[in-house]
Amino acid sequence: MTSPQADGVCDHAAAGSTPMDKVAAPEKSAQREAVLSGPADKLAQVWKHLSTVADPELDQSVTDMKFISSLSIDAQDRVDVQFRLPTYWCAANFAFMMADDMRAAVSTLHWVKTVSVVLDEHMYADKINTGLAEGRSFQATFGDEADGDIDEVRQIFLRKAFQRRQETVILHLRALGHTPDGLIAMTLGELDALTLDAAGVSARARYHERRAIAGPVSPDALVVVTADGAPLTIATYPAHLKALRSVRINAEFNGALCTGLLSARYEFDTTSPLLTPQTRHAKVNALPQAQATT
Amino acid sequence: MYRTKTGEDIFVIDGHTHFWDGSPANQKNIHGKQFIECFFAYHTNLSPPEARWTLEKFSKYDAQTMYDDLFVTGYDDMAILNPTYLGDFYKDGFNTTERNAIMKEKHPDRFILNGAFDPRDGTKGLEHLHELKEKYNITGVKLYTAEWRGESKGYKLSDKESYRFMEECVKLGIKNMHVHKGPTIIPLNRDAFDVADIDDVATSFQGLNFIVEHCGLPRLDDFCWIATQETNVYAGLAVALPFIHTRPGYFAHIISELLFWIGEDKILFGSDYGIWTPKWLIDKFMAFELPDDVAKETGVSLSMQARKKILGLNAAKLYGIDIEKQKAKLRQSHAVAA
Repeated sequence: MTSPQADGVCDHAAAGSTPMDKVAAPEKSAQREAVLSGPADKLAQVWKHLSTVADPELDQSVTDMKFISSLSIDAQDRVDVQFRLPTYWCAANFAFMMADDMRAAVSTLHWVKTVSVVLDEHMYADKINTGLAEGRSFQATFGDEADGDIDEVRQIFLRKAFQRRQETVILHLRALGHTPDGLIAMTLGELDALTLDAAGVSARARYHERRAIAGPVSPDALVVVTADGAPLTIATYPAHLKALRSVRINAEFNGALCTGLLSARYEFDTTSPLLTPQTRHAKVNALPQAQATT
Repeated sequence: MYRTKTGEDIFVIDGHTHFWDGSPANQKNIHGKQFIECFFAYHTNLSPPEARWTLEKFSKYDAQTMYDDLFVTGYDDMAILNPTYLGDFYKDGFNTTERNAIMKEKHPDRFILNGAFDPRDGTKGLEHLHELKEKYNITGVKLYTAEWRGESKGYKLSDKESYRFMEECVKLGIKNMHVHKGPTIIPLNRDAFDVADIDDVATSFQGLNFIVEHCGLPRLDDFCWIATQETNVYAGLAVALPFIHTRPGYFAHIISELLFWIGEDKILFGSDYGIWTPKWLIDKFMAFELPDDVAKETGVSLSMQARKKILGLNAAKLYGIDIEKQKAKLRQSHAVAA
């Protein structure tokens, strides 16, 4: 959700491998896929960049969450992204953040001439879309309705993402037989030296992306630290894990709720924006290959 | 009344119900349409197929339907009516105290009628609070912090004006604050669902109870932390409980978090009627068992005693309901009606 990875290395494959998903398998998606138009290779590149943008609250990719309702690239390499959210009332600041991050992520592709990002059916859609079209900041877009920029709220959710990703690593290592004593003493260098399966590699990579939230990163730095960078002791470790668990459960519950609301909002509504006359793009059922694997 | 397999009766107080009018005729603008459609998405997404309504029925149901769903088909013995005014979205309001009072007047022993206040209404609002107390003898209020009011898009419980109203509640003996955190708090650069203001007022107003609807979701983690520190903070189960059908694994995690952090004395059942109906919610809740791994990880259990507390005993305590007396009353009014 912060500055998207220019090289698109962010791997969201781990999103479906968290412990809670084992308890309740995600429902088969019946949601409409995004409408795509443009050359397949360029669509795939843009899609890959969009996939690096996360919903800050859920710490899940906007493409995985099916927030993208349409993507088109015209002959002049102008990119047009439309996105939708689970409800009309979703927090306006997060909506703006995601839109701004999408614009930034797509802009890093050297061949892209312009990027337009438009939010569908939202209480602040007009304001947000005007702000985006004019390239304004969050503060300038919302004027008196904001009393500062969104750095603070970004920071709050970056910390939660850090905590959640750390727990995924801990649970993975615990299942491999690592003890609490070993975990609280393990360094990042030692973590990197471990041979892990695909899920473990992904969890480790995702944790690395957020580890700097808790302070300087080096091979000697500890893997398990608090969000303020403090090390754990064997006495404080259980409470730490409980807190991480709470963050994860909250985020995963919200993710499930958002997914459900989005599908209810658009699946049962035959006047979905994807099918209205305003949609100027032909519906393409198959997404680019690159997307199917992210 | 819910009867267990062993023949034991459980007295049910539904902690969160509404008698609303979200129909197109009452909608003032696009926001009114989007509001009821958002509720409908919650309903559609989380209800079992046989419990799903049409949007038309969902938008406006009559008093008899509500009575039947709660007390005839459903297991509720009593229900708390919580208003949500939304005067900026609906011509006659969405779910006002006055509209809910229709239900209360028809079935006085079945319902607990709550009022509401909005701190932005100033002195006029304080007068209205007094009126509600005099007219309906309310002992609780519903506070919807995300309500739009002209240019304002919401308020915080910790605002100076909110304090004025809560001080008045203390004086008037209105002690149960049902708090619903919504998503449009100004300033927009802050977390729209932040629950820190509940911490603030729960500390300042020890004589009031704060029942946080939807158990603080989408900030369950922060909410649990706050509720652990405060003795007068409770969790309403609406929104979390319906996951028991579509995603029982998620529900297991949520209820175990609540049991671990807050405890079985502080959790209240609520159907959020008409978003969901109590019959299937309670059937599933009574049949539900925590998976072994979750119980082992958190060290909590969902015992029969915990279920009884959640379904009725905790709300009875908050509202001073003597269950045996109430049962007798209900038998009597039922006999009269028959």
